[in-house]
Amino acid sequence: MTTFKKQLASVVMAAAMGAGASVVYAEEGPIKVGVLHSLSGTMAISETALKDTVEMLIEKQNAEGGLLGRELEAVVVDPASNWPLFAEKARELLAQEEVDVIFGNWTSVSRKSVLPVVEELNGLLFYPVQYEGEESSENVFYTGAAPNQQAIPAVDYLMNEIGVERWVLAGTDYVYPRTTNKILETYLMDQGVAKEDIMINYTPFGHSDWQNIVSDIKDFGSAGKKTAVVSTINGDANVPFYRELGNQGISSTDIPVVAFSVGEQELSGIDTGPLVGHLAAWNYFMSVDSDANYDFIDEWIEYTGDETAVTNDPMEAHYIGFNMWVKAVQKAETTDVDAVKDAIIGVTVPNLTGGYATMMPNHHITKPVLIGEIQDNGQFAVVWETPSTVAGDAWSDYLPGSRDLIADWRAPMRCGNYNVKEGECGASAGEQAKAAE
Amino acid sequence: MWLTRPLQERSTQLFLGILFFALIVVTVLHLALPEGNPLHVSAYTVTLLGKYLCYALLAVAVDLVWGYLGILSLGHGAFFALGGYAMGMYLMRQIGDRGTYGDPILPDFMVFLNWQELPWYWYGFDMAWFAFAMVLLAPGALALVFGWLAFRSRVTGVYLSIITQALTFALMLAFFRNEMGFGGNNGLTDFRDILGFNLRTDATRLGLFIATGIALAIGYVVCRGIVTSKLGRVSVACRDAEARTRFLGYRVERVQLFVFVVSAMLAGVAGALYVPQVGIINPSEFSPIFSIEIVVWVALGGRATLYGAVIGAILVNYAKTVFTGVMPDAWLFALGALFVLVTVFLPQGIAGLLRKRRKSTDDGSGPSESSSTSEATA
Amino acid sequence: MSIPRWLTFFLMVLLMTTAGTVSAQQQDQTPEALLEQLADASPRDTEAAIKAIATSGHERARAWLEAYGNNRISQVEATGRIVIVLNNRGRDWEVADALTGENLGEMSRRDLDRIAINNAVRRQLAGVLAMLDLFAKDVAVREAAALDLLGKVDDAIVEEVTARIEEEPDAGVRNRLEEALAIYQVEEQGSLDAIEVLSGSLHPRARAALNSAVASEDPARKAAAEQALASIQQKLRLNNAAETLYFGLSLGSVLVLAAIGLAITFGVMGVINMAHGELIMLGAYTTWGMQQLLPGQPGLALILSIPAGFLVAALAGIAIERSVIQFLKGRPLETLLATFGVSLILQQLVRTVISPLNRTVVTPEWMSGSLVINDALSLTLNRMYVIGFALLVFTALMLIMRRTRLGLEVRAVTQNRAMARSMGIKATRVDIMTFALGSGVAGLAGVALSQLTNVGPNLGQNYIIDSFMVVVFGGVGNLWGTLVAGLTLGTINQLLEPWAGAVLAKIIVLVFIILFIQKRPKGLFPQKGRAAEG
Repeated sequence: MTTFKKQLASVVMAAAMGAGASVVYAEEGPIKVGVLHSLSGTMAISETALKDTVEMLIEKQNAEGGLLGRELEAVVVDPASNWPLFAEKARELLAQEEVDVIFGNWTSVSRKSVLPVVEELNGLLFYPVQYEGEESSENVFYTGAAPNQQAIPAVDYLMNEIGVERWVLAGTDYVYPRTTNKILETYLMDQGVAKEDIMINYTPFGHSDWQNIVSDIKDFGSAGKKTAVVSTINGDANVPFYRELGNQGISSTDIPVVAFSVGEQELSGIDTGPLVGHLAAWNYFMSVDSDANYDFIDEWIEYTGDETAVTNDPMEAHYIGFNMWVKAVQKAETTDVDAVKDAIIGVTVPNLTGGYATMMPNHHITKPVLIGEIQDNGQFAVVWETPSTVAGDAWSDYLPGSRDLIADWRAPMRCGNYNVKEGECGASAGEQAKAAE
Repeated sequence: MWLTRPLQERSTQLFLGILFFALIVVTVLHLALPEGNPLHVSAYTVTLLGKYLCYALLAVAVDLVWGYLGILSLGHGAFFALGGYAMGMYLMRQIGDRGTYGDPILPDFMVFLNWQELPWYWYGFDMAWFAFAMVLLAPGALALVFGWLAFRSRVTGVYLSIITQALTFALMLAFFRNEMGFGGNNGLTDFRDILGFNLRTDATRLGLFIATGIALAIGYVVCRGIVTSKLGRVSVACRDAEARTRFLGYRVERVQLFVFVVSAMLAGVAGALYVPQVGIINPSEFSPIFSIEIVVWVALGGRATLYGAVIGAILVNYAKTVFTGVMPDAWLFALGALFVLVTVFLPQGIAGLLRKRRKSTDDGSGPSESSSTSEATA
Repeated sequence: MSIPRWLTFFLMVLLMTTAGTVSAQQQDQTPEALLEQLADASPRDTEAAIKAIATSGHERARAWLEAYGNNRISQVEATGRIVIVLNNRGRDWEVADALTGENLGEMSRRDLDRIAINNAVRRQLAGVLAMLDLFAKDVAVREAAALDLLGKVDDAIVEEVTARIEEEPDAGVRNRLEEALAIYQVEEQGSLDAIEVLSGSLHPRARAALNSAVASEDPARKAAAEQALASIQQKLRLNNAAETLYFGLSLGSVLVLAAIGLAITFGVMGVINMAHGELIMLGAYTTWGMQQLLPGQPGLALILSIPAGFLVAALAGIAIERSVIQFLKGRPLETLLATFGVSLILQQLVRTVISPLNRTVVTPEWMSGSLVINDALSLTLNRMYVIGFALLVFTALMLIMRRTRLGLEVRAVTQNRAMARSMGIKATRVDIMTFALGSGVAGLAGVALSQLTNVGPNLGQNYIIDSFMVVVFGGVGNLWGTLVAGLTLGTINQLLEPWAGAVLAKIIVLVFIILFIQKRPKGLFPQKGRAAEG
């Protein structure tokens, strides 16, 4: 046993010496953590808190002695809510700053913009926001919810617990609502909902005049069946939407709205009085009754110095993602991207809702799904949760193009879009494999 | 020949000299020096410079209509984006069956939305010549129709500025719609190769950078050729006194239309070169704010000089790159202050400063057009 | 007077409560037991627990149920004591003992277990509370309770509702109760006569009941329901047209408010103020600030915000005029660039100083809800106030421009600056005043918008382009033009929206403006004379 260890040590020594001085130099400096969140522009409203979260986690990790005996250092850049700038800044982080990992992005388009860069330069990206799925990259870890970890359980809840039979799918016109609604439409029709009982509506970003649409929803809801609105309305458009709902007298007991993009932070800008009882589906709520959560909230309030600061789901996703990365680095004993990528699969860390999150081979994680009702204090009260955690599905079972696809980044498959039916890996991964040779 | 005339001017020679010198230096430093050498220019920097050059070309196009025709277009981003989309569509078709879903014809986002076949307006974009022609024709046609309507009915000044803004705003909303078939908010991305060259290699990046430099040189010479020709003088006359020019018997709207269309095409080329370098085209390029920003670059560099536009575009964008890295929280303050200070204290931009210095060193030999610049806006 | 009624009701419910075991237990339940029953109830038993409390006659019963409905009842983890949460913001919550009402001070959130409620239970609760309200002295309360009962009548309370109809002195309340009963009868019992009762009703819940009857097998029932629905549809169409018109006016008035300040700075002074949107934003933030200063009095704060918002924005406007615009006299297009810089600075300033997050602006009681014309047509109050406010601001501006010395001077300077100065008008002072006026009005727009949309750093950006469109469409330099243009564009947009969808409607409006400008290059109401050559 000892001889083996000695041998191993000498091999490692030799390898290190062979690799030259630059490697040794790199090992001495701090471990750089890239933070790629918009601090200005339209997305600053959501992303600034995530930047702070990562900085807080880094500070905490450093206070506990850093990682592998080295200090962590945050490299913060501002992609300014500008999608091409996201790609440019990602390149800056990876090529110029040579960060070991990036935590970043909010919108799908920014992720799509960064994706080719991260793949080309073989970086690591932790993406903390719920998204439309239909993607699995070797270099990206999706710590937010896939549609099967948010949308489908929410609809199940409405159908089974509330008895909803008629559905309004309202969303902002971009890829996440489009896909989610497509998945939900197929799912609902599979469950026997008639096509005329589904109303789909799209509005532009920042839509502020909801009079007509809310009036349509009201009409749609008067057909004699219990009606609910599934809202994938994005960010800023929500305040005028809920205001209009309240003013036109639609209460949560008549037509409940379940939202996938409204969290504590969005509510902090709304007078929630008229919204009590409307729903949201997330994997975390600030109101969750667990010690881990209370500790996190205490730390967050202390870090921001703001007694009214709120926590939300994407922040939990960063919390989980960061801890997973730390654990994977400790396991691999290096920050080398390829080693961490392999080590992280199967890593399990506590989440904030009192359970555990595991990194799956498709680079998605396991999450509980919670349904919360909006309260008058801008918080959600959990009314339902899945009995166990749900593993994220990179490829939806309810879309014709992706039904047969799975992702598995473990050796020997190492494929982001393996076609089960044809038994072969899709083209993009094949090319990556070629490029790697 | 109107195109060769500018080549004999000292200012154009100087501009082209500096531009080509820069291209060569960057290329040599990138290729010849090993990574790690402090003078090595990384692929990241090359692409960044390529982006600046695209913006520079765009700024030249805006300066042509604003500086020499007196039309403040707040919608040039639309032409830029249309050129970009034409290129993006070509690049999308080049992906072929290497997309996520492996569909040989449909781009990923169409498969994603369950589209069964390619919309008609996507036909032909698999062929490079067609796509490259569309880079010029799409913005050109839009400029032709829009300009014909606007100039014929003599919409001028602020009204024209505002409706160019309406144009780009309407296009932005339209392109955001997923039904349009341009990928909605996500736009077009995940490009792989251009004319058979892999876009993810440093060599292709360098090639694109050089191509952009050459395009900027050509664009500059074309604009210079136009402004020094008789047509250019007439257009300056339109700028300074439209009614008088008309009374002298010139068909003002034809001059305006011609220059406007040329400018739109140049913007389209800039967009087309921009897209493969940044790797994404999305409707936010249509946003009115971006179009205003372009105008600010020109104003900063110095209106009606062309080279000033180039300087302004590169400077502002360089500042943006630096500030967003160094002081992310404060860069909007710096940018905003820059705009205010330049317009208030440097009405003729940096070019005006340069010219003033030159004037004071060799008195009286400066170009006479400087005096007309400041009054033109009145 | 009302006490015997209460008692009869309790007895009724006692008799009706289906689960015999529960009702047997209830006879001698202490208040503690009642609350504990609620706390421990499985989802299935909650209903019985609620009814037990409702019928207990305890003086705090109503308070408990309301607190329960608002998610405010919690159990102290350690002692099992039931408390009502008085303030549930932050980490420590102020609680009071549920039984005695004694204030227990603050407790950590960690130590409290919330007694959960969901929408299904809340619905039952609403029915129970409405039943309690039916005994109120105030007719308005009774009417609201009866309205609440529409669609909430179930087997448990149907008899009591029937009994109430006979005792109810007020005809309006009686009609409502009959409607509520009819919905129950149509849906649950398949009654034919009840369809007749519903045929005149415009309430969506009545329509829902009729729709369910249309789906029935019985041809007679089906025919009757279809007939009733047809007559309702007729009335609905008229109401819908009125509603769309209202929506259009409302959107139009928002556009007018946002644009009218610009019509002054841009139209009269020739300054292209790209920071106009940010001045609107300042007005909105002033409202938020006022509400922070006067907690608990959102209405008063809102009213005070009107002068305050005007002042803040006007001062900001003066600052912009003095620091930037005065140096750019006669260079309108360059004011565009400089003020664009100002707008970036103001936005980032708000982000840095206040927060990148949206701020909560509370809608005062008297502005929320809607004015109910009938069951199908109700006009939202906040928008109605905004329409009125827009007209008020417009009238005031018109008066200032036409009837005051300032207005006279402004017009003089606009028309011929040199001549006006030679007549002794201080042009610089007039410039400052005009710009302050335009900016102040933008601030007023912000105060109004804070009641409709987000108050955040991006607020201004969302309105700046629309504002320019309105001014240009109406004709630069003409306030009437701005009014007509704003209302027209708003109405066109709302008319198109149901047919084309929100995005297309907006695109069509923009294309319409572009084409319109080709036809009339100076807008709807072109300014005549020399000033037009600006």
